[in-house]
Amino acid sequence: MCGIVGIYLKSKKFEKDLGKMLSGMLINMESRGPDSAGFAIYKKEKKEEFKYSICINNLAFEKFKNGITGKIKFTSILKNSDHVILSSKENPKKVLDILNEFKEVSLVGYGKSIEIFKQIGNPKDVVKKFNLENFSGTHGIGHTRMATESAITTDGSHPYSTGSDECLVHNGSLSNHNNLRRNLTKKGINFKSENDTEVAAGYISNHLSSKKNLKETLMSGLDDLDGFYTFITGTRKGFAIVRDEIACKPAVVAETKDYVAIASEFQAMAHLPGVNMAKIFEPEPGIVYSWGN
Amino acid sequence: MKLDLRKLKLRKVNETLQSIDQKRNNKSYTILNPEGNHAICAGLTDDIDVTVKGHVGYYCGGMNQNANITVEGNVGTGVAENMMSGKIHVKGNASQSAGATAHGGFLVIDGDASSRCGISMKGIDIVVKGSVGHMSAFMAQSGNLVVCGDAGEALGDSLYETDIYIRGRVKSLGADCIEKKMDNKHLKKLDKLLKKAKLDKLKSKDFKRYGSARKLYNFKIDNVSNY
Repeated sequence: MCGIVGIYLKSKKFEKDLGKMLSGMLINMESRGPDSAGFAIYKKEKKEEFKYSICINNLAFEKFKNGITGKIKFTSILKNSDHVILSSKENPKKVLDILNEFKEVSLVGYGKSIEIFKQIGNPKDVVKKFNLENFSGTHGIGHTRMATESAITTDGSHPYSTGSDECLVHNGSLSNHNNLRRNLTKKGINFKSENDTEVAAGYISNHLSSKKNLKETLMSGLDDLDGFYTFITGTRKGFAIVRDEIACKPAVVAETKDYVAIASEFQAMAHLPGVNMAKIFEPEPGIVYSWGN
Repeated sequence: MKLDLRKLKLRKVNETLQSIDQKRNNKSYTILNPEGNHAICAGLTDDIDVTVKGHVGYYCGGMNQNANITVEGNVGTGVAENMMSGKIHVKGNASQSAGATAHGGFLVIDGDASSRCGISMKGIDIVVKGSVGHMSAFMAQSGNLVVCGDAGEALGDSLYETDIYIRGRVKSLGADCIEKKMDNKHLKKLDKLLKKAKLDKLKSKDFKRYGSARKLYNFKIDNVSNY
């Protein structure tokens, strides 16, 4: 099962409502995934500043803050439930290395624009916990998980982010992920879980870093990723969906002049403004649909 | 009678439609705000007219007997699955497995239907005014599938005795599905179906007929590569 959702705004009209729109979509997909939920939101970025989304788990916020003070020069550190958004102008590699030393916390994503929150629990509770309704932004992606491939943990939750400003949500299962993981690890990509989707995220990061665009990357994935999948993926300025050639995993797209919404089922988007006038279609198997770049 | 799914629970709406009070003689029902809910109008048994104002989720009109259902929107997976009789008219597009395993009745889709349209159909007549996706009429056993647009890959794979009529292009035929001669009997049957779907302007001679080569009915070692 699993439910996937995403919204890409084509105009500025709904930027302030993005969190509210995505929140409703996630709650409506509870029936497809009650085990955990998560979302990535692309917000306005500050020049030369990177944001790090960190799940601090059971570690006290003050303890974490004290721990990194002096090690990382940060411009802000904001707590949101058990997640922290750390902003810094320092070199990302240095920051990532330092964060890696904190074994109690896990980095869920980083980039100039992206913020990621994910946690175990019912989508309704997860959305409330992080106050998703109050978020604004340009595009966002979310996931409700019914666990099959790996354990119900924060690291096993989606979205997965294995590169700067990249994220991926997945409905389905991959059958060649162990082999791909071995090959990608050799190329220097680090994986935190046994999850198949994290491998697909790593695959996408690897191809994007070799200067392929999002569409080309997902097209090569059709040859290399074996299994059932509908993917929604986001980059700093881009948004895309692809379904495998068999297309067992559902997806529906609603496009208006203001936004593109994607979900596993139409009921996830029934509350969106103007959806009944939207162009609604089912993405064809083996075809990459992308917006932005 | 109007049934608003924002005010009533889906179960209540379906129960109302499944247990019509014949004495009141109310034959016409409208469902408002379907909002993508699943199993709307599933299991109806009476000769009533139901109009659904909006998009619906999975299995709309499943197991229908006798009812005449119109959906003014798109339908999700498995519309009219296992329908026995009656009619379902979809004014938008249909997702995958439209009319799956249906034994009878009439399904009309004004837009496109995606993959596996008419999978394992057992006697239903389906008319799709647009195109159908891959593996349509997979293992279809009886009934008619009429497509006014194109068909995707592997049309009629492992087909039994369903007649398939396609007006547009067929991307590829599935195992044991072949083009067959369109004789008068078939032209007449197709004309009747087009008329029933209010497509009188289309000419049956513009369609091609596909059916089973009947080579996979029983296992033959010579056909092993087809399995």
